[in-house]
Amino acid sequence: MTLNSLQKGKSATITTITAEKELKNRFNSFGVVKGATVHVEQYTLAKQTMEIRINKTRMALRVSEAEKVEISQ
Amino acid sequence: MKTIKIALVGQPNVGKSHLINAFGHTRLKVGNFSGVTVEKKTIRFTRDKYNFEVTDLPGSYSLTDYTIEERVTKNFLDDGDYDLILNVVDSTNIERNLYLTMELLALDKKVVVALNMQDEAFNEGVIIDDKQLSKLLGIRCVPTSALKKTGIDGLMDAITQTFDTAKKTCHLQYSDPYEEEIVKITSFFTEKNYQTDIDLKTLAIKLLREDTQIYKKFRDEAIWTELQPLLNESYEHLYIHYKTKDLDGIYHDEKNALAKGAVKESVKFDHAKETGLTDKIDMVLTNQYAGLPIFLFLMWGLFQITFEWGSIPMDWIDAFFGAMIDGTKSFLGDTELASVIADGAIAGVGAVILFLPNIIILFTGIALLEATGYMSRAAFLLDGFFHRFGLHGKSFVPLVSGFGCSVPAYMAARVLKNDRDRLLTLYITGFMSCGAKLPVYVLIIGAFAAPEHAGNILFGVYIFGAFLGLVAAKALKMTAFRGDDEPFVMEMPKYRLPTFGMVYHAVSQKALMYLKKAGTFILAASVLIWFASNYPKYPEMVAEFETKIEQVSGDEEKVRALNNELSLYNLENSYLGQVGHASQPFFEPLGFDWRMAVALETGLAAKEVVVATMGVLYGLGDEEDEESSSLAEKLRANVTLPSAIAFIIFAMIYFPCLAASMVFRREAGGWKHWIYLFIFTTAAAWVLAFIAFTIASALFS
Ligand SMILES: Nc1nc2c(ncn2[C@@H]2O[C@H](COP(=O)(O)OP(=O)(O)OP(=O)(O)O)[C@@H](O)[C@H]2O)c(=O)[nH]1
Repeated sequence: MTLNSLQKGKSATITTITAEKELKNRFNSFGVVKGATVHVEQYTLAKQTMEIRINKTRMALRVSEAEKVEISQ
Repeated sequence: MKTIKIALVGQPNVGKSHLINAFGHTRLKVGNFSGVTVEKKTIRFTRDKYNFEVTDLPGSYSLTDYTIEERVTKNFLDDGDYDLILNVVDSTNIERNLYLTMELLALDKKVVVALNMQDEAFNEGVIIDDKQLSKLLGIRCVPTSALKKTGIDGLMDAITQTFDTAKKTCHLQYSDPYEEEIVKITSFFTEKNYQTDIDLKTLAIKLLREDTQIYKKFRDEAIWTELQPLLNESYEHLYIHYKTKDLDGIYHDEKNALAKGAVKESVKFDHAKETGLTDKIDMVLTNQYAGLPIFLFLMWGLFQITFEWGSIPMDWIDAFFGAMIDGTKSFLGDTELASVIADGAIAGVGAVILFLPNIIILFTGIALLEATGYMSRAAFLLDGFFHRFGLHGKSFVPLVSGFGCSVPAYMAARVLKNDRDRLLTLYITGFMSCGAKLPVYVLIIGAFAAPEHAGNILFGVYIFGAFLGLVAAKALKMTAFRGDDEPFVMEMPKYRLPTFGMVYHAVSQKALMYLKKAGTFILAASVLIWFASNYPKYPEMVAEFETKIEQVSGDEEKVRALNNELSLYNLENSYLGQVGHASQPFFEPLGFDWRMAVALETGLAAKEVVVATMGVLYGLGDEEDEESSSLAEKLRANVTLPSAIAFIIFAMIYFPCLAASMVFRREAGGWKHWIYLFIFTTAAAWVLAFIAFTIASALFS
C-alpha cells in the first residue's frame, strides 16, 4: 500500500521509500524515513496534493510523490 | 583582540535571524516562510573582548545541493573561512533538527548548538536535558530563546570556550556494521601513514557515501590503487547488511538513527501540554471546501488594498513630480537643460517611484502571509491547479500581483525557492495584463466596440491574457524548461504571530532595492529615451511654424493645431520616429502603420505612454487620455478593426516596460534572460497578433 491511498485522519508506518535520489533526500530531511509513523491531515479537493504529519513536522506533498512511499497500517 | 568567525547554520525557520538580532546591534530580514534568507549575510559585533564575525547561511534541511540555499550552505561549510559552526535548532522539533546536527558533526569542525525556541518548547511540553544531550553529542548545547532573549550569555560563553579549547575528535558512534567499515578504512590510512588535515573518520564516512569531491581528490593520488579494492569490499559488506545499494541512503539511515537515539536519551515529551492550535486553524484554512474560497477572498482583499489604497499616495507622488517638473522648467527657463532634467530624468524616475506605494502595500501583505505561515497553505491549496501548467503552487503570488504591476510581481517571484520554477514563473508573469495597459485597452475597445459590450470585452481581454500565460507556461515547460518536476514536498510551518520587526525588515529591504534601481539605471535610460524622442532638432521647421503661429495669433484652435503639427513633425523625425519608420516593415503584416509602431515602441519605456503617444501621432496634442472621444474617432478613421484587434493582442503580450524589465533582469539573473524574454515576448506577440489579424481580416472584410 502506498501513502497516497491512506485515508484522511489515518496513521501508518513507512516501510520503504521507492523515490529517486533527489526526492528521497528531500523526504529524508523531513523525517519521511523507514519506520516513521505518518499521519494524513488533509487532501485537497482535487486530490492532487496532500498534507501529512510525521512527529512534529507537517508537510505538503503531491499525491504523485506520495505514491513512492510504501506503508503498512 | 581575537576574532571568532562563526558559520550560522540551521534548518529553515529555526530563528537564526532572531538570534542574530538578540546578540548584537544588528538587523536582518526575518520571515516565517521556509528559507527566507537567500543571500549570504555577514554580521560583525564585539562582545566580551572578542570580535565576532557571523555568516548567516540560508536555512537548509540537510547538507545536500538540490536548491540554491542548500548549495550555498554546503559550499560554505566545505570551503568557507570560519572557526566554528553555530547550529541553531528548533527545540520543539528536536529530532528532525538533529538530523542536520549529525551531518554537521561529521564535518569535523567545532560545533556549538543553540537549542532555540526554548519558551515554545516549554509551553508545548518538550523538555530537553541539555547537559545530557551535550554529553551524548560531545559538544556544547545551550538552551536559548531568541524571541525572549534568554540564554544568549550562556551561548556566548559556550562559543568562546569552544573556540579557545582544542577541537575534540568526533565521537559519534554509528551502528556496529557501519563503524566496522569506518575502522577498516581509518586503520588503512594510519598504516600507510597517510598525511591529511582532514579527520580520518570524516574522510572514511565521505568515502563510504561516495562523495564525489573526495573521490576526485583521491583519484589522482598514489594511494588510490590500494584504497579502491578496500572500498569495494566495504561497499559489498554494506550492501549485504543493509539490503540496498544506496550508499547515501545507508548513511542517512545511520545518521537518523543517531538522532533518534539522542532524543530518546535526553528529551521528555509531556503530551498533555500539546496545544494543537495549528491543527485547529488548519482545520478551517486548509479545509477541502472552505480553504479555496478563503484564500480567494484574502487575495482579493490584498489586491484591492494594494491598488485602491495605493492609488491615494500615487496621486500625491504624481502631483509632486508634476510640480517638480514645472518648477524645474520655470527655474531653468525653456532650455534644453531644463527639458532633459525635467522631461527626461525627473519624469522617468518619477514614473518609477510612482509604484512605490503599490510595492510597499503588496509586500507588507506578502510578508504577513509568509510570517504567519499561511503562504505554504496557499501553495498547498493551489498546487494541483498550477501543476497542470508546469507551475508551482506558490506561483500564484507573482502571477496575481502581475495584474497590478509587473515590477512587484517579478520581485514577488522570490517566494519560489527553486531556480527553474522561479524562472518559468518570471517568464509568464508579463501575460497578466498590468494596470498600465488598461488605458490602452480602454481606448481601443472604446473606439471600436459598442459601449454596452465594452466592459465584457475588457474583462475578456484580461482573462484571455491570463489564459495565454498558462498556455505559454505549459509550452515553455515542454520545451525550454523541460525536465523532471522538482519535488514539491514542502514544510507547513507552525502558525505564528508575525512581529513588527519581521514585516518591517522584509518590506524595507524590498523598497530600498527598488528605489536603488530607480536612482541609477532607470535614470540613465529615461534620459536616453528623452534624447531619442527629442533629437535631432529641426530649427527651420520650428521657425516656420513659429511664423505660422504668429500669423494666426489669437485663434486658439489654430495655434493648438499648429503646435500639434509641429510636435508630430518632431516626433516623426526624431530618432525614435525614425526607428518607428524603420520598423514598419516588421509591423506591416499585423496591419500597423508607423504611428502604431512608434506608440508601441514608446510603450517600452512605460505602458502609460502608449496612449499619450497615439494622441500626438494622430494629431490631437499630447494631452490625451483614454476617455477622449475625439481620439477614438480618429482611430476609427485611421485604423481598421483587424489591426486594432492585433494591436490589443500585441500590447497585451509584448515586452514589459523599462522598470519592469530591469527588475526581471535582476530577478532572473542576468542579461541573457532579458534578451530571451525580449525574443520570447516579441515573437509570441507578433505571431498571435498576426493570427488575430488574419482571422479578423477574413471575418470582417
Ligand atoms: N517562540 C519563539 N519564537 C521564535 C524564537 N526564535 C524565532 N522565533 C520565531 O520563529 C520564526 C522564524 O524566525 P527567523 O528568525 O526568521 O528564522 P530563520 O531561521 O532566520 O529563518 P530562515 O529565514 O529560514 O533563515 C519567527 O516567526 C520568529 O518570531 C524563539 O526563541 N521563541
